[in-house]
Amino acid sequence: MDDLYRDEILEHYRQPHNFGTLDAPDAVYEGNNPLCGDRITMMLSVGADGTVHDVAFSGRGCAISQASASLLTDEVKGRPLSDVEALTNQDILDLLGIDISPARLKCALLSLDTLHHALRDRAAASAARAGDQARAGDQAGAGDQAAGAPA
Amino acid sequence: MAAVNHHSPLDPDVIRRDFPIFERDFGGRRLAYLDSAATALKPRAVIEAVDAYNSRYSANVHRGIYTIGEEATAAYEGAREKVARFLGAPDSREIIFVRNATEAINLVAYAWGRRNIGRADTILLTELEHHANLVPWQLLAQEKDADLEFVPFDAEGHLIMDSWEVLLRTRPRLVAFTHKSNGLGTLLPARQMVQQAHDVGALVLVDGAQAVPHLPVDVADIGADFYVFSGHKVLGPTGSGALWARAEILEAMPPFMSGGEMISSVHLRHTTFNDIPHKFEAGTPDVAAAIGLGAAVDYLSAIGMERVAEHEEALTAYALEMLPREVPGIRIHGPRTAAERAGIVTFTLPEAHPHDIATLLDREAVAIRAGHHCTQPLHERLALPATGRASFSVYSGRDDIDRLAAGLRGVQRIFGGPA
Repeated sequence: MDDLYRDEILEHYRQPHNFGTLDAPDAVYEGNNPLCGDRITMMLSVGADGTVHDVAFSGRGCAISQASASLLTDEVKGRPLSDVEALTNQDILDLLGIDISPARLKCALLSLDTLHHALRDRAAASAARAGDQARAGDQAGAGDQAAGAPA
Repeated sequence: MAAVNHHSPLDPDVIRRDFPIFERDFGGRRLAYLDSAATALKPRAVIEAVDAYNSRYSANVHRGIYTIGEEATAAYEGAREKVARFLGAPDSREIIFVRNATEAINLVAYAWGRRNIGRADTILLTELEHHANLVPWQLLAQEKDADLEFVPFDAEGHLIMDSWEVLLRTRPRLVAFTHKSNGLGTLLPARQMVQQAHDVGALVLVDGAQAVPHLPVDVADIGADFYVFSGHKVLGPTGSGALWARAEILEAMPPFMSGGEMISSVHLRHTTFNDIPHKFEAGTPDVAAAIGLGAAVDYLSAIGMERVAEHEEALTAYALEMLPREVPGIRIHGPRTAAERAGIVTFTLPEAHPHDIATLLDREAVAIRAGHHCTQPLHERLALPATGRASFSVYSGRDDIDRLAAGLRGVQRIFGGPA
């Protein structure tokens, strides 16, 4: 009986969960392992309540990278962002439930890495927007009242 | 060493007795090592030569006026002579010991390239190149504002010779190409290409990393200006390799690395350099590795490189014929016939990624390479993120290829391919 390529892993590889794209994702990132050609794009929709409303991944690569992405998307659906941000590499390995050799570690961790990048980009973008709004507010307050309140 | 009959084909069972690694038990199996293109296994003769140096005369070279110093120097320089003869080089001063082919190419890019490549000069390469024969030229071209051009290859992995001839008209300063592609196994017509490059005034560097281990190479006959190879792929120790270059070119080149050994006389504010080859061997060299490389050259010379080439061509023919039959759906990339591609079989399976294939084959003690084999541009052209590669050497046999086929069928069963 194969531990690494047990049925569950192969199932997630052949019929990955949440495979596809979202129409208007709040967070998106394309991660890849140039060394082996694994590629994963993660998309998330975040609700006003700060939880993951929807998630999708697309990509191609080895069974471990794709199965890990599939399992990860199941894991984060409905979870608060803070939980998702707190997921660790060990959590992914626990999800996969198998011993990964050092050579294959990057395959297993690509999905989480990509997910975290997507969230980081989203956080950076909203911080930038908040900064722009604050500056626009200062200018409107300092000068004439021509344009009205900032959007 | 195993008995050698110069008229008979190689018997891998006999050859394997010379390689201690085959005594190791891998889950009840002997290792089926099919990654000799990455590095070769080591025969006892090489291991013992290295051990002998380390145990009995591990002195530095070119310095000691005592017995073991002279023995070390004699063995080191003796290895240089052996490599020169092995390559058909007219003069052993033209052999520079380096750590590997990558270092050899960097030496040329640094020492020759910086002095001889200028703004708007063209360096002509191919799309088949290993990163070692690509990245150093990229860096040089960036630094000097020079141009890189690339000869493309066709669907079977052959260079498109029409394009080659057109690109020669750019009158490149340097042409650099692989003698044998590590990605697809393609053998390039080196002699002809060198001639054509010389006709347009270019100097030529040939990357022999995959050629020297597998076929007779005569640098004088090929006619290149620089020829490189890695000793560790020729059954030698890791850390061994050589650059061959014409004496007159080496003499005109400034040094690569500097320091001790490569000098003649040193004053506080100026230094004169040593003669070749020592000018390009700064500091204490990897003496053990060079001596081991000498022993590897002896071992292969005793077998005869013609026989090695025949052996590998026969194995490649066997693989090309039987793998598509035994492993339904397998795609083999590169030239169609063994004669055009000896020793390397690059493949993909529709149902599984090469990494998964390699991991599963490892369970059966079958070692293949999976990935892009340091040829990302080649794989990009093939539109393949990764491939599997099986490569052969003197110790490889049909049984190894049979085990590869059986392992691949196992992968197909697990991944739900054709039964």
